Amino acid sequence: MKVSSTTRRALLKSLTFMSAIVMMPKLVLAAWPKKAFEDDSVEAAITELYGTASEPSDQVTLKAPDIAENGAVVPISVTTDLPNVESISIYVEQNPNPLAATFELSKSSLADVSTRIKMGTTSNVTAAVKSGDKVYTVSREVKVTIGGCGG
Amino acid sequence: MTIKVKAKLSDGVVNVKLLMKHPMETGRRIDTATGNKIPAHHVNELTCTWKGEVLFRSNLGPAVSKNPYLSFKVKGPKSGDELLFSSVDNKGETDQGKVIIP
Amino acid sequence: MKGKIILLSSIVLATVGISAYAGPEQDRVAFQKFFHDKFPRTPKADFINGIYSIDAASREQWLEIEEFPPYEIAIEEGEELFNTSFKNGKSYADCFENDGKNSRKNYPYFDPKRAEVVTLELAINDCRVANGEEPLKYAKGKLAAISAYLSFVSRGERINVVIPDNAGALQAYENGKEFYYRKRGQLNFSCFDCHGAASGQRVRADRLSPALGHVSHFPVYRSKWGGMGTLHRRFKGCNEQVRAKGLNPQSQAYKELEYFLSYMSNGLEFNGPGARK
Repeated sequence: MKVSSTTRRALLKSLTFMSAIVMMPKLVLAAWPKKAFEDDSVEAAITELYGTASEPSDQVTLKAPDIAENGAVVPISVTTDLPNVESISIYVEQNPNPLAATFELSKSSLADVSTRIKMGTTSNVTAAVKSGDKVYTVSREVKVTIGGCGG
Repeated sequence: MTIKVKAKLSDGVVNVKLLMKHPMETGRRIDTATGNKIPAHHVNELTCTWKGEVLFRSNLGPAVSKNPYLSFKVKGPKSGDELLFSSVDNKGETDQGKVIIP
Repeated sequence: MKGKIILLSSIVLATVGISAYAGPEQDRVAFQKFFHDKFPRTPKADFINGIYSIDAASREQWLEIEEFPPYEIAIEEGEELFNTSFKNGKSYADCFENDGKNSRKNYPYFDPKRAEVVTLELAINDCRVANGEEPLKYAKGKLAAISAYLSFVSRGERINVVIPDNAGALQAYENGKEFYYRKRGQLNFSCFDCHGAASGQRVRADRLSPALGHVSHFPVYRSKWGGMGTLHRRFKGCNEQVRAKGLNPQSQAYKELEYFLSYMSNGLEFNGPGARK
């Protein structure tokens, strides 16, 4: 059956449009990862977010204090030289729901992010980096103490 | 329009810092006056756009500190360009901010 | 009256090893020397940064917070409040010279007519009441925000309390000094016990800040409060923490304590508002 040129053009147009949607960076389409924020273990949250298990790497740098001055406001920074970093996320193992935040990077972003998080108690803090298809993590312990001045 | 932003351009990299005003209630705290739990009220998402393009996005949960602070770096925007910021929280409330890169 | 002042001061000064009493200026020199000797590696000007001037690990976290400190929210709110007219058409600018800029250095001072110490926070409410507005609460909220704004636009001014030649002023100073050195509460601590003798040491995981420079950086955004608080809010909390009765902010005792502590820090720069744990 012969297809008229107008129909073919219309078809091509719609196909191009649809493939553009599919090709749009995940950055724009993803919804708030509710389940990951509700997972009660670091590993479950990582797998939920990235669909794959993680492996430790010394190429991810996590900056966090050894002893938090106040568990309500703990400054955290994550940097890495790994290539093609799509996402960085931060977890507090001993928090009821470990996932604290994710950073979704575009092609224009550098893999260098900071925030301030709440920690309920002394805990490992883990940073996960999605580089290409793989997820790399690094952890360090941050102590949260009872102050003597009602801290 | 309460998202406060500072941006600095250095060697082609824009260093962005932002501070939001938000209680970031976890939903676990108990109001000592009533004995009831204070409902969760926290930012879910923060997006930074430049000329209509999404440069950066962050998903936040209740474990981010009250009055959230975020810092990130991007390449591309030039001096005089405007970056726009928008956020939405778990109640659907939105907020905005902007900065012109010096 | 004068004899009573001198007797009390002699007792107090004997504690710190000085025999003849010549007045507040001698106290100040001794007070500052005490802390300079205790923390010889701390630059004298740095005492305005409290514990961050002597503890490297917490200083680093404080510097991270200072990258974008949460008190900036309060400064902005305070500026807006300061520039909002009262119902009668006047504004705070009519009470604070120079649009509020550099006005922090004028407080606290002793007003001989009112026979009381006037603090910045008291002056803010004085302005409101004089213009037909309700006074604000003294510990936090809007008043702390206005205080944060006024402190911010006064940064760099030097603490310079001048005690006038007036019996009431000298008594206020002496009352403040007495409060600082008197033990209180179930834990039986004086301000001096923790913030003088034991400053730099730990109480559980907290390191105690030196009293020198205490008043320079208020009001503060405390991580613990998740918001701003004035100096007297902290006085009250601290008294309660040694299980003593916390007094109301801007009570006579706290104003006089602020008067004494400010005089002791004469010469240091105002650097409020501050960020603390």
